[in-house]
Amino acid sequence: MKPPPFEYHSPRDLASALAALDEAGAGGKVLAGGQSLIPLLNMRLAAPAHLVDINRLAELDHVGAEPGGVRVGALARHSRVERSGAHPLLTRALRLVAHPVIRNRGTVVGSLVHADPAAELPAVLAVLGGSVRLARHPGGPGREPLVREVAARDFFTGPLESAAEPGELAVSAFFPDLPPRSGAAFHEVARRHGDYALAGVCAVVTLDEAGAVAVARAACVGVAPVPLVVDVSEQARAGWPAAAQAVRQATEPEEDIHASADYRRHLVGVLAERAFEQAAREATEGQRHG
Amino acid sequence: MGRERRHQVSLVVNGVERGAEVPARRLLSDFLRHDLGLTGTHVGCEHGVCGCCTVLLDGEPVRSCLTFAVSVDGRAVTTVEGLAGPEGMSPVQRAFAECHGLQCGFCTPGFLCTVTALLAENPAPTDEEVVEGISGNLCRCTGYQNIVKAVHRAAELIAEES
Repeated sequence: MKPPPFEYHSPRDLASALAALDEAGAGGKVLAGGQSLIPLLNMRLAAPAHLVDINRLAELDHVGAEPGGVRVGALARHSRVERSGAHPLLTRALRLVAHPVIRNRGTVVGSLVHADPAAELPAVLAVLGGSVRLARHPGGPGREPLVREVAARDFFTGPLESAAEPGELAVSAFFPDLPPRSGAAFHEVARRHGDYALAGVCAVVTLDEAGAVAVARAACVGVAPVPLVVDVSEQARAGWPAAAQAVRQATEPEEDIHASADYRRHLVGVLAERAFEQAAREATEGQRHG
Repeated sequence: MGRERRHQVSLVVNGVERGAEVPARRLLSDFLRHDLGLTGTHVGCEHGVCGCCTVLLDGEPVRSCLTFAVSVDGRAVTTVEGLAGPEGMSPVQRAFAECHGLQCGFCTPGFLCTVTALLAENPAPTDEEVVEGISGNLCRCTGYQNIVKAVHRAAELIAEES
């Protein structure tokens, strides 16, 4: 249970971090909070030749409002983003991430890049239609980094796989605000508190001006290789049980030692109904008070 | 590959500046135990599940088995050895003893560090807040009831003594 050797890089600014990652290429890995990476190293499931530690890049330690949403920098830890209350759905989801002590080190962007199919934060980014900003070395000194913005639906490419390529650093993520007259909820079932969920559903419901459901969307975790986003705005007209049924039918969970595929599908149905009901209730209350 | 490169790491541990030359892959838990000889920090699972290795990094509880020593060079660390003051055991330590919040004691250093930080942030937690606060620490002896009692008792002691 000790990590394998690696070459350690501790850049002090973004340009040097990108240069180190560029040079390391496919053998390079970014160390941010380390709460997923270090267990993988300790168990020797990963053995990168180079580790680029971004913990000294204070310029990436930010969370704040931007037009239309909230931008979270690569070094913003779960606990900080949770306390900031910058985004209500993100705050709620963060309380489900592991344990408070893990959240003191783990980062929001790190959770996204880790892309665990049972993790909460990728589902939040996916259901909101957010994006991740990737930067790479410009190929020469004195030039600005090359930056691209990848939408959530393109970012998560498989279990523990993201669109971030060797040499690229995820510098921030953008979580769009909930639209007006919206509510959101996140429900999950885990064997033990703080574990990765067997299944979970993150729901967003938006009402029209008359108070009827305009949009109902869910992102499911633990039941597909990537967060599964299902739009059930149509089915929601027939009520939340029908909408939940549609979400359930869209999933293709796999069986493992923790739960059978049928049980996971069942959970998604139950959790989706609860999440939609809570999200709709919040949207209605918001409308009444707003 | 040649001989593994070593890095000078200096930390302020329990108020004292300590340092050693270690490979980059040295976990903070092993740095404290092997390089500095502070064996109060216990190592259980080494993948962040059990919480035994919890220490305070600039006052904030973290898993020392999921932190590289080199990554926190220059920072301040408090281990279980640093919780007691000149007058003896801290209120949290006394409450654990008084309420029988430990049996074999293996998980205790992690609990003590976690609870010290929990009460510093929330001096009068509810039952739910206590349970959430210690949810990342496993104890196989007590069944947690006495640990929860000890947290409340520690809160009382801190309030009385402040």
